This record gives sequence, C-alpha cells and structure tokens, in this order.
Amino acid sequence: MATLFHNLQDLRHTASLATKVFIQRDYSEGTLCRFHTKFPAELDSRIERTLFEETIKTLNNYYAEAEKIGGRSYLEGCLACASAYIIFLCMETRYEKVLKKISTYIQEQNEKIYAPRGLLITDPIERGMRVIEISIFEDRSSSESSSSSSTTSSSSAR
Amino acid sequence: MKNCEYQQIDPQALTTPTPTPAPTPAPTPSARPCPEKKKPKRLKRKWEVFPGKNRFYCDGRIIVARQSGVLPLTVGLILVTSGLFFIFDCPFLVKHLTGCIPVIGGVLFVLVFISLLQTSFTDPGILPRATPEEAADIEKQIDNPTGSSSSSYRPPPRTKEVVINQQVVKLKYCFTCKIFRPPRTSHCSLCDNCVERFDHHCPWVGNCVGKRNYRFFYMFIVSLSFLTAFIFGCVTTHLALRSQGGKGLVFALQESPARYPFSYDSIVYFILYEQVHLFLCVKVHVYCPLLLSTALELVVCFFSVWSILGLSGFHTYLVAANLTTNEDIKGSWSGKSGNEETGNPYSYNSIFKNCCSVLCGPMPPSLIDRRGYVPSEEAAEIGPTEIELPAAKNDINMCAQGTKGLLETATRSPFLSSPCPQAKGQAVPPPPALDALPNIAAASSSPAPAPSPAPSPSPRPAPGQPKASRERPAATSSHRHHSHHRSKSKRTTAQAHNPTHASSSPAPQGPRHNHGSRSRKDSKSRDPKFTSLH
Repeated sequence: MATLFHNLQDLRHTASLATKVFIQRDYSEGTLCRFHTKFPAELDSRIERTLFEETIKTLNNYYAEAEKIGGRSYLEGCLACASAYIIFLCMETRYEKVLKKISTYIQEQNEKIYAPRGLLITDPIERGMRVIEISIFEDRSSSESSSSSSTTSSSSAR
Repeated sequence: MKNCEYQQIDPQALTTPTPTPAPTPAPTPSARPCPEKKKPKRLKRKWEVFPGKNRFYCDGRIIVARQSGVLPLTVGLILVTSGLFFIFDCPFLVKHLTGCIPVIGGVLFVLVFISLLQTSFTDPGILPRATPEEAADIEKQIDNPTGSSSSSYRPPPRTKEVVINQQVVKLKYCFTCKIFRPPRTSHCSLCDNCVERFDHHCPWVGNCVGKRNYRFFYMFIVSLSFLTAFIFGCVTTHLALRSQGGKGLVFALQESPARYPFSYDSIVYFILYEQVHLFLCVKVHVYCPLLLSTALELVVCFFSVWSILGLSGFHTYLVAANLTTNEDIKGSWSGKSGNEETGNPYSYNSIFKNCCSVLCGPMPPSLIDRRGYVPSEEAAEIGPTEIELPAAKNDINMCAQGTKGLLETATRSPFLSSPCPQAKGQAVPPPPALDALPNIAAASSSPAPAPSPAPSPSPRPAPGQPKASRERPAATSSHRHHSHHRSKSKRTTAQAHNPTHASSSPAPQGPRHNHGSRSRKDSKSRDPKFTSLH
C-alpha cells in the first residue's frame, strides 16, 4: 500500500494531464445504465485490454444490480408508496447504496491498477451517468521541455 | 425539506472557507484547515451556478421551475375546497351519517398535498450539461465521419442511431446541453434542461414531470381524483339529506319523475334545483354560507372530476403501456412514421410488469448534485503538501472525494488543500483540463527546478474559475424565454382533457408540451457563449 501511495504521489508531482477518453453509454438494452466495453485506441499502450474490460464489466454489473427490478425493489417501492414516499427522505435507497459501492470500487481500481499506469477513472455519477471519463497522464519529467515552453506561453498569456 | 430554513441567495449567508466564524449558521462543512490562505473566498454550491432555468430553495434542497406556473392556484383550489368541505359538510354528515367521512377526507387530503409537494419540488431527472472536454470529444466524433462539412454555417441536425430491443431508435443531439440525448430524454425549453424520461412540463405543479417524479405525479392525480369525487359525493349527499327535511326531494320526484332520468346531468340539475328550492324555503341568513360553499365546491369538483379523472385514466394507460406523454403525442411507437414494425421497445409486454417498473421501480438518484461545492482555484493553491488520501480512503462517503482529490492534485499542483476530503459526501468535480493545464505549468514550484517564477497562484486563477462558472448563468440569463404554456382557466384544461381521455389527439396536451425543436432554435444563440468558456 505504501508503494501504491508513492505511485499516486508521484503521479501528482510528476504527471500532467494529457488527454481524456470518454466511454459512452451503451443503449442496446434500453435505458438501463451500461457502458460500452469496446477498448479505446488511446489506451492501447497504457493498459491491458483484459483489465480494462473487467473494470467496465464490473461497473455494468453494479449498475444492473442497482436498477434490477425484482422482489426487493418492489418491496421498497410499495413501502415507499404506502408511506406517501416520505420514506425517501429518511432512508437511503438501494440505488444509493450501490452507488457507494461503485465509488469504493472505482477508487480501489484507481489505486491498484490505473494510477500506476498513469490513468484515472472518474466516477460516472459526476458526469451525469453519461460517460466514464478516463484521464490519461503523461510523465512530466519526460516532457519537461514541452511543459516549460507551455509554461512560458501560458504565463505570458496571463 | 420542510424543516430547513429558507435562505435567500445571499453570498454573505454562507460560511467562508476560512476558520473565521461565519455570520450565520449554514449547513456547510466545518471551517477548512487552510490557515495560510490570504483571501477568504466563499465556495459556491453548484445550484448557484446551475445553468438551467430553475429556482432553488433551502440551499439547494428544493428545486422548482423558473415559472411556478399555476402552482399557487392549484394549492389554493385544493386548500379552499377541502377547507369548505371540512367546515360546512363534515359536521352535518358526521351527525347524520358516519364519523368516517372526515377521516377519509383527511387522509385523502394529506395524500394529495404531500404528493403535490413532492412532484413540484423534486428534481425530475435533469441531466447535467456536458463538460467542455466531453463536448469537444463528441464534436470530434461527429466531425470525423461527416468529413468536411465545415463549409456550411450550420451543420445538419445531428442524430445517432442505436438499436434497442431489435428496434432502431434515433438519438438526437442537444445543442444546449452538448450531449446526445439518451433514449426517452427530451429537452424542456421552459426549464432549459434535458430531462430523462421526459413526460411533460406541468404548469399545475410548476415543474417538469420526468423519470424521478413521475410516480409522485401519478399518485397526485389519482389521489386528487379520489378526493374530488369524494367531496362531490359528500356534498351531493349533504344536499340530498338536507332536502329530506323539507319536502324538496319528494316534491321534485312527484313533480316530474320522467323529466330527470337518472344520469350525471340529472344529478346536477337536481342539486341546482334543490339549491333554489332550499333558498326559497329556508331563511336566507341561515342558508347563504351553505349555499356559497356548496356552490363553490360543486363548481370546482364538477370540473375536477371530469378533467382529473380523465387525466388519471390517461396516465394509467400510459403506465400500463410504459409510455410517456411525449411519446404518445408524437406517436413514436404507434406507427405514424410509416414504419412497419414499431412497437414500444421499452415495454415489458406485461401490464403488471410495466406498472411495477414505472411506479415501484428503484428510485434513481439526482444527477445534478445541487448541494455540492463548485471547486474554486484559490482553495487548491495554498495548503498542506500531503494529500489526505488515507483519511479519504477510510471513509466510504469520501471515496469519490479521494479520487477527485487525486485528480485535482494531479492536474493542479502539489498544494492540494484538504477542503475536498473534508466536505462530507459533497462531490467536487475536477476543474476543466483546459483551465488546469496552465495551473500545472505555473504552479510547478514544488520541485526545485522551476522554470517559471514561483508565483503566488492564488490571485491568478481566482478570476479563472469563478469567471467560468459565472459565465454560465450570464449565458442563460441573457436568453429570455417566453412562456407559452400558462393555462388560463380550469375550464380550458377541463375541456382539453376530455378529448385526451377519449383519443390521443395532440391538441389538448399541446399547450403543455414542449418540443425539443423549439429549444434548438433558442440554443443556437447560446452556442457562441458556450464556446467562450473554453
């Protein structure tokens, strides 16, 4: 864990944001929340395809679990209806609980897999559940000359 | 929601991020540990910079459309009619019939009121607008296939086709929100938002009806139809019982039993006849308040029963078929476009399952995070060097914070302050990368060889982020939208709903319904303002 921390701090100190890749929603099954598992070309050199696909598939499974219409969700819905939906003010819904699990999972994935490779996944809930935003970082030390030139240009622009 | 204080949108009312005591208590996190900060800047909540045309109360807990429509009229009608019922009819009916009447009336009234408030004050499922990078990415994807179509000033309307349950569905591009709208999403021009599973914008509740508040809306109209029918029945019974005291009923029946065959109209004629009869027989000073109250209740309930019952029936049909009003009016799935195989791809082909999924399905979360804080540049510049990731990691609430904190630190500077993990559960999105890149370059003073002079970055980015966030309200406020949808009287609505129940003609719901095309025309003027944010 200390090693990972070290990696994350290194990421912070030495990395600069290069670009962002957006994984769009997959609407082939209706309005349920799913994301495309297609491997984007920009990540080709950064991460193994299997790891990426596994992350996306796990996220899709989590969302499917949150939106599953089954016995438990009916019970929650009927109870809410019977209480004139006041219960939503007091209780955390199942969806929110799963969203917290998703946040934990994404952070764990970031720490273990993505940050060491210079990537960062943003939780889709912060983008309105439209995209999974993956930020690609470049090692700043390797591109110091370019960053210094951009620094002078940006400081002169200011 | 009902216990919180109403707060004016007053910058001074919110706590500042410094340890100095705030002038008024506000539901914000405790003072941030940024002792080195020189300029106390108030962090804005996201609802204050929300680009849509909504109003927020209780520090972002309550959301309504900008025009409250006729919501005060709705509330007034319900309160007055129910009040008159409880004052004038209940005592008589309790004495002559049963004591259950006010209990049933009370339960129905409470149900109606709660569901009305929930419909009006809940986020209907607003989709947040695309971040600049996202919009740029989508533009890139659109421009690539079309090749060089940049010669035309206005590209053709952008659509994307997806296959849902073996059916082709076109997703339209929203020029205001810069996204491809998910299926069943529509842009409400009154509220200037894309709303998921958009049903219609209801002026009676002063809000859009969408994915998140459709069940409240349905409950409202169903319970309201029960309430109006109940009040109507009670008033009729009241008058009938009163007339039995005299010779009114017998007189009426003896006089012309055949002229009033039993029908709905006959009941109305009978009641009106009885009113006149009672007026003539009973002393005026005793009868006047009763006459006025019953007359008012009858008028209100007469129109309500027709219109609300019709509306309830219509929406019950929609729920059973898993349709929205929007789709029903446009005829998306009824084959009007000439397609051979059109059916509703979202329907489960079972009435029970459709009803359950619409009304009892899981409650989706609000996507706009009204009470989160807008990240400010100055908060990130000065602070301890170490990220508080261990603290963020341990608390599940802050898992998202940890990721965002990492993103911010990585994009901004080594000087990440701790405010981000401190805000419990508040989502702080990372700044746009385009704003962040100059920050990284300029604030790279932590490693020893710094090409730029080690600046005090606080003043420089201060105009940046707030400017960006302030430009959005300016962009939307400069666009004035006229409301075309105020329903002038209940009679209009009542008449409008009658044919709605019978057929699916578009005219009745037309005044209420906002098509996306109108918003596109309006948003053309807004495009330059959006690009200026970059």
